Amino acid sequence: MTQTSPALIDIKNIRKSFKKPDKQELLVIDNVSLAMQEGDVVALLGKSGSGKSTLLRIIAGLTPPSAGEVLYQGQPVNSPIPGISMVFQNFALMPWLTVLQNVELGLEAQGISHKERRERALQAIDMIGMDGFESAYPKELSGGMRQRVGFARALVVRPDLLLMDEPFSALDVLTAENLRNDLMELWHDPETQLKGILFVTHNIEEAVLVADRIIVFGSNPGFIRGELKIDLPYPRNSQDPAVLNLIDDIYTVMTSAEHENIKALTTKRKLVGLDYRLPEVGVAELIGLLEEVDELQQKGPVDLPDLADVVRLDIDTLFPVLEALSVLNLAKVSEGDIAMTSKGKELLAADIIDKKIIFAKLLLQHIPLAQHVLEVLQSRPHHRVSETYFENELGDYFTEDEAQRVLKTLINWARYAEIFAYDYNTGMLTLEDVK
Amino acid sequence: MRRYISIFSQLNVTLIPNIWDILALIIVTSLLFALGWTAAHMALPFKLGQQIPISLSISALPNYALQTTLRMFIALFISLIFSLVVATIAAKSERAGKLIIPIIDILQSVPILGYLSIALAGFIALFPNSMLGPECAAIFVVFTSQVWNMTLSFYQSLRTVPKELIEAGHMYQLSSWQRFWRIEAPFGLPGLLWNAMMSMSGGWFFIVASEAISVANQNITLPGIGSYIALAIDQRNINAIFYSIVTMLIVIALYDQLLFRPLVSWSEKFKMSEMSEETAHSWVLDILQRTRFLQFVGKKLQRYFEYFVNFSLFSKRKANRNKHIMEDKPPSKLENLLWYCLVLVLLLGLAMFSWHFIFQHIPFSETLHVFELGGFTALRVFVLIIVCSCIWVPIGLWVGMRPNVTQIVQPVAQFLAAFPANLLFPIFVVAIVKFNLNVEIWTAPLMVLGTQWYILFNVIAGASSIPRELKLAAENMQLKGWIKWKRFLLPAIFPYYITGAITAAGGSWNASVVAEVIHWGNITLHAQGLGAYIQDNTASGNFTHIALGVVIMCIWVTLINLLFWRRLYNFAEQRYNLN
Repeated sequence: MTQTSPALIDIKNIRKSFKKPDKQELLVIDNVSLAMQEGDVVALLGKSGSGKSTLLRIIAGLTPPSAGEVLYQGQPVNSPIPGISMVFQNFALMPWLTVLQNVELGLEAQGISHKERRERALQAIDMIGMDGFESAYPKELSGGMRQRVGFARALVVRPDLLLMDEPFSALDVLTAENLRNDLMELWHDPETQLKGILFVTHNIEEAVLVADRIIVFGSNPGFIRGELKIDLPYPRNSQDPAVLNLIDDIYTVMTSAEHENIKALTTKRKLVGLDYRLPEVGVAELIGLLEEVDELQQKGPVDLPDLADVVRLDIDTLFPVLEALSVLNLAKVSEGDIAMTSKGKELLAADIIDKKIIFAKLLLQHIPLAQHVLEVLQSRPHHRVSETYFENELGDYFTEDEAQRVLKTLINWARYAEIFAYDYNTGMLTLEDVK
Repeated sequence: MRRYISIFSQLNVTLIPNIWDILALIIVTSLLFALGWTAAHMALPFKLGQQIPISLSISALPNYALQTTLRMFIALFISLIFSLVVATIAAKSERAGKLIIPIIDILQSVPILGYLSIALAGFIALFPNSMLGPECAAIFVVFTSQVWNMTLSFYQSLRTVPKELIEAGHMYQLSSWQRFWRIEAPFGLPGLLWNAMMSMSGGWFFIVASEAISVANQNITLPGIGSYIALAIDQRNINAIFYSIVTMLIVIALYDQLLFRPLVSWSEKFKMSEMSEETAHSWVLDILQRTRFLQFVGKKLQRYFEYFVNFSLFSKRKANRNKHIMEDKPPSKLENLLWYCLVLVLLLGLAMFSWHFIFQHIPFSETLHVFELGGFTALRVFVLIIVCSCIWVPIGLWVGMRPNVTQIVQPVAQFLAAFPANLLFPIFVVAIVKFNLNVEIWTAPLMVLGTQWYILFNVIAGASSIPRELKLAAENMQLKGWIKWKRFLLPAIFPYYITGAITAAGGSWNASVVAEVIHWGNITLHAQGLGAYIQDNTASGNFTHIALGVVIMCIWVTLINLLFWRRLYNFAEQRYNLN
């Protein structure tokens, strides 16, 4: 495509950090640049918490960036503008408005007359296949239908760029596929005025089926890890070998980077201290996945897409478990494969009591935070410390919610390992009750 | 099954009072003193217009009932407007919210009937030589009994509008006017309506009490049920009392069926949750929605609402493309400094005024004495809540575990809570006199007469929301006797029970103002307590002492809430919430 006109959307050196009083800045997006031309369908793929949704909101003009700028057809975007429209993960329909009224909402804001509003809304509802439901309230509709209303509401204002925040993730697999296909049909319909789609997803298959460019997002802070172009013709089939290959490739991109990350972390662990973001995973999930790997491993290393298929987890749920396994040295993940370590085998072979002992050892050895909490508890005269103390400490590295989440995960692991105890009522961490 | 409101569920409950709570207490205190002081300096006796004589004939009752109801609805309407405006200001401006919310929190604990006489003096001065003064005072009193929980509910709703909805509003570039009517107000509507309904129930008590009052040795009566009953008491006319009780029952049943059930049922559609716990059903709404003519009217109304929302003057968006709308710009240092200085000056001024007032007009020994009287009333409330709990918790549990019984009992309990208990006071007087009972003890039940039902229907709601699986598990383990109560039943209903007890206790404090001194013809029963102190001083028109009594009751209630109920409520929410 020759570039005579400015790019549809041009994102330049975006940084986003949250500043908390008395705390250091928390960087969530670091120096992201990205340009979209007319006709592009771009997927932002990444784990949850990688800042991809924040980036989408910055592009929409809903959240200001800390540095950098967003240009829409050469013009800076500082607040929501008529040319950009958005579809939300949980639909964001007003429950007190009917389908028709919901779709009309954006037109109402533009001050369009009652008659034209109605005409255009009915047309949009028609187009998305919802005619007959104009007078229904959102709560009468299934998830898929609701998201259709969401699409109609986004398209009725005739945007150039459609932003979508995990638009299919709240839907079941079949509904999602059905809606996805309809959306692509609309996109390829010459009558649609849409010039570009940018969507956030954590579903690799979805990204490969829909997008012609996939931007893989890395986390802590969010940055662009890599980009893949997809030239496959539409409609794409998820069983097509070319598609399967691409999915495999993306797993490789994501896990090799993951591997680097963890390697870096483990070699300089004594230096990094407490700022490691524990993945939010339960002990049962860790051991469960390990058992699954053990079963599949009979014929050598396990391919991640296969594993994901067997355990039916998407990257949002699978990757945290993989990360936890790697960081605890229970399995090695690299190049899209996973293999169990000797420690992993030892853990699986142990009985219930011994499992806890092995896990405790691994936890203290590999998770600096666990070691730290234990040391603080031991140093106090009554071996009691309030959870807020540690939350505050973690507040230097994470947002408040994040700090609580990390501590909660650690408490769960530590309770299983019987390293220290926690009292829900008082919020106290103690060494009591621990043999 | 829905849990009935508690004041704390609508606030971000913190246990430690912060500077704003203290500030709010001082502001409310000095406000009350100021009012009392002003009232004391107004020319007495009141000059009223022609008073309409009250008749005890049955035929006059419908008219009286109508007038009483009208006052209720005027007050409710004002409450609604007040809530929409004030809650919105508090939610939109962090600085204003910091001040407004604690003030409202404290105002909730001010005994409403306590300042009726003070308000009366003010309104009479405003409309001299006219019955409009007492009329406004009565409406004002009902307004203050209704408004606070409505405002807090709406404030809470505004603070909890789902982020995605707000984002969608911004994304589609709705103006703040449009956002308010399309997103924020509808989101808060179910809570607001529910609170309005509860407020109405409480309001009957106060309207009845405030229609006929004797202040400064002068009797003022407004045409209404309250005056009717006051006259009936005066003349020891037991038949008239019976008629008024029946009339009140009919009125409450009518407003419930014709107005609130339809409204609550209609507001179901505004709820975010996909599964409504209990679909409020209203036959009136069904009729309304199925009538063709009314459908037409509804369409028209909808159309007018649309014009209203899109009214071009307000629907213009500020075309400021350089500012981010979602961003909360922290106010500048200078602005902050000015604001805090202003607050500090206000605080110092008011504190000095109150202090000066207390020492100049009232000897310190009296302040202490009044505080002690508050202790008596507190003790009564405390004992009564325990006694009522012992009675109603087992009954409520028994009822709540049986769905078919619940269906019958629950509406009755709700209904009884709306019934103004002061209509029943004469019966107690007769009994106390006849059996020569101890006045200090036996007037006390009057305080909980109207409020005990909150305990009952909260416990019923709690018991009927116990998950079926838990019941089965308890049965399976053959839990019996005390173990079953201690480990299963009581913990399961605990948060509900606490909510009910808080509401009941709050209502009892309010009722003490009319329940500690009661009449029957020329017999007067007088108990020791803060409520009696306020009522005595009302009768003699001693405004500074009324203010003192009201302030001290306010302090008692606030302290007990802070030190006892809030902690219990938090504990219940954290530990025993089944959801």
